[in-house]
Amino acid sequence: MRRRDFLLGSAGAALIPLGNGAWAASAGNSGPSRLVVVMLRGAVDGLNVVVPYGEDAYYAARPTIAVPKPDAAEGAAVALDGHFALHPALNALMPLWQTKQLAFIHAAGSPDPTRSHFDAQLFIENGTPGRRVTADGWMNRLLASLPGAANGVPGPTSALAIGANLPQILKGRLPVANLPLGPAAANKLAIDRPEVAQAFDRLYDTDDPIGRAYRQGRAARTELIAGLNSEQQMADNGAPLPNTFPTQAARLAGLITRDRNIRLAFVSLGGWDTHVRQGSHSGQLADRLRPLGQGLAALAQGLGKDWADTVVIVISEFGRTARENGDAGTDHGHGNALWVLGGPVRGGRVYGEWPGLAPAALYEGRDLAATTDYRAALAAVIARHLRLSDRALTQIFPDFAPARSDIDGIIA
Amino acid sequence: MLRRSLLATAAASLASLALPRLSGAAEPPGDRQILHVLDRLAFGPTQEDLAHVRSVGIERYIAEQLNPKTIPEPPELAARLAELETLSLDPIELFLRYGPALPGIGMKPSPEEAKARRETARIIVQEAARARVLRARYSPRQLEQVMVDFWFNHFNVFALKGLDHLWIGAYEASAIRPHALGRFGDLLLATARHPAMLFYLDNWENSAPGSKMPFGREAGINENYARELMELHTLGVDGGYTQADVVALAEILTGWGLARPRMPPPDRSGFYFDPSRHQWGKKEFLGREIAPGGVAEGVEALDMLAKSPATARHIAGKLARYFVADAPPRALVERLSARFQESDGDIAAVLQTLFASREFHDSTAAKYKSPYRYVLSAVRAAGVPVNNPRPLLGTMARLGQPLYFCATPDGYKDSEDAWLSPDATVMRVSFATALASGRLPLQAKPAPEGPVVAAAAATAEPVDAAPLDSLLAPAISERTRAALAAAPVELRAALILGSPDFMRR
Repeated sequence: MRRRDFLLGSAGAALIPLGNGAWAASAGNSGPSRLVVVMLRGAVDGLNVVVPYGEDAYYAARPTIAVPKPDAAEGAAVALDGHFALHPALNALMPLWQTKQLAFIHAAGSPDPTRSHFDAQLFIENGTPGRRVTADGWMNRLLASLPGAANGVPGPTSALAIGANLPQILKGRLPVANLPLGPAAANKLAIDRPEVAQAFDRLYDTDDPIGRAYRQGRAARTELIAGLNSEQQMADNGAPLPNTFPTQAARLAGLITRDRNIRLAFVSLGGWDTHVRQGSHSGQLADRLRPLGQGLAALAQGLGKDWADTVVIVISEFGRTARENGDAGTDHGHGNALWVLGGPVRGGRVYGEWPGLAPAALYEGRDLAATTDYRAALAAVIARHLRLSDRALTQIFPDFAPARSDIDGIIA
Repeated sequence: MLRRSLLATAAASLASLALPRLSGAAEPPGDRQILHVLDRLAFGPTQEDLAHVRSVGIERYIAEQLNPKTIPEPPELAARLAELETLSLDPIELFLRYGPALPGIGMKPSPEEAKARRETARIIVQEAARARVLRARYSPRQLEQVMVDFWFNHFNVFALKGLDHLWIGAYEASAIRPHALGRFGDLLLATARHPAMLFYLDNWENSAPGSKMPFGREAGINENYARELMELHTLGVDGGYTQADVVALAEILTGWGLARPRMPPPDRSGFYFDPSRHQWGKKEFLGREIAPGGVAEGVEALDMLAKSPATARHIAGKLARYFVADAPPRALVERLSARFQESDGDIAAVLQTLFASREFHDSTAAKYKSPYRYVLSAVRAAGVPVNNPRPLLGTMARLGQPLYFCATPDGYKDSEDAWLSPDATVMRVSFATALASGRLPLQAKPAPEGPVVAAAAATAEPVDAAPLDSLLAPAISERTRAALAAAPVELRAALILGSPDFMRR
């Protein structure tokens, strides 16, 4: 009996198309709310993303890499309000700011002081700062807490990681799918041949991690590849698209609009560890930010009416030093800006308590302080957007009780 | 429940006696243990290696592997490696032949010229990767190849960072390979001085505040290498250092940089210590005062790090995770750590203790293979000749482990947690099927450009399941055997190479 349930609950169910909106219908929601998390691995320099141009200390700390003020003749940052401005390479996001669908929470960060990329990323992903041993990730715990999850096992594509591996943030008890969205994503594999699939299905018919991974992979492939094939034929016209973030984001949008079961998606981008010559309005960091901004805009556009139910969070493991280092770059720091965009966002506003960059205000005398715990920021977004109970929140972020703040209003 | 599974196990083992094997090969006692040793000291068994260990015994095999120079290399392999010209060039020569044209001499290269030079330089990474795969496939010095992979990954550099594409092969050849079974302190110093590492973690520009780089640009302190040197290469993140130690070590290492290609270098290593960019004055590092000594300060600091008990624990833990289990027994790690300290970081001595341990021998199939290992072990077990490594490199990349392209300094993880995923599992069985059917163009002339799996004309023979089955028999589970018996004959080799059993080592 247990075995039969297991098969039906995973491979069995997966191979029968569920139809659009099956999940939403069972959850009783008006539409499936979706969350996309974009992680910038390597610690993006948030002070050059959401620039505190109203503060002289910013320009004093960064003689060669500061982004010029909004009234500058060349390379000017784009004013968000009287104090903050956006890096000009992120211009593609300004329409979202103007229509109040983009917000930032500045000076957000971890209560853990580590400046190790790897520990800090782990803590962002497992949701328990300072505790490495937490085995699962907060997005997997979130998947278990979604309203409607109790009505049935989530489908094989309820949560999707873009990439060849499963990131820590999605690891855990509930099955999740992963798929790289590179140019070869939709290429035929041997497993697509029925006689090969049949032989391996038999071999992997086991209730252990490897058997579960296999069935999950088969089921996700069956659902996702069909969508990718039709999308690629339409969009690529046979020619391979470059493997850039805007292309991936457009593909992700296509997957989400076609597969109504996708509720959570995760993608990470590297290359933010700018210790040397990061540039100001142009240069290395600008060259990384531009495709990110274009990709997020492409995601919003590709989702069409589904953008109204989607929230995207952009997060990085920590910020970078307030002062530029000896090589026109920045070293590992602390507080950072967290980005929140989507139809349900009350945007056009920089949230959070700004500690300032005066020497006495800096964390350990060198970094932007973190005045908002990243868990408080995440909790404020997901609680309202995904209609989570307080109880669910304590399961997602154990040992954490967020204080009420104006961030709670970030989702309409 | 417990009773039921015991019964099921008993039934399964009874059934196994009745099930016919694909081959009639007898199974001498100890073959399971031989496979285990070849799964850990080597990139999995080949027919030849199994026969060799059967004849000399496990203890002798381990002793041989710990002294690779005593093992003759096949002349065919040496001849194929000798064809790879960039492997024998030093960093200076590589820069002059393949690097960007030098500023200050004639014209700055046009964007087209710069792009063309980068294209030409791609041969360096291709040749390094080709050498890696050929050695892993054919060299009888398997442990040396395993340790080259282990240490390259531990001291990772990234082929897409700036000039590092020039020095990937040279770094492996001169900083990693000579010390792979040698002294940890020598290995550490060799990586610290190598242009590939100096460039990758930015130390070549780490300078006393206010000093100037060769072309007049202002430079100052850069913490990048100093931090990763302690966190990743030596002490470990819990190794007891502070932010002040990071800054002190960065100051100690100011001036450790790259030789200027137009200046006659003191040697061909590409390392140059620039006293004019060194921060002179005394420093306090890890509670010890470091007297002003220029380049000697860095050598002293590296020596302190290599001898630290925290480093011994960190390296012992990493070796035990790699060779024994993702969560290795604490007692074993302590013994290895003690051996590391007593032997002054003698890597072969630590490995000797590890391979002689009960924990090592009892850890059969405890590890899930990384993509690199999975792909290499499949071609070795199948006995497929490899001339063109591109389909293998492409598969590693598709599985998330592209060789020489790990962007971050922590290298790739070596745990089930890191590699077992839904997508990886369907990709692996698909690779196994393609390999077994003979459709991967592995015997083609190496074609550096073009699609990875070119129009797959079945040029090679399909893999014969019978010898594969006899090679791996002791490691094939009864469940797999039952699935094999029910499968079409032409899929049996694919099923063995794609089985859950073969995903483990």
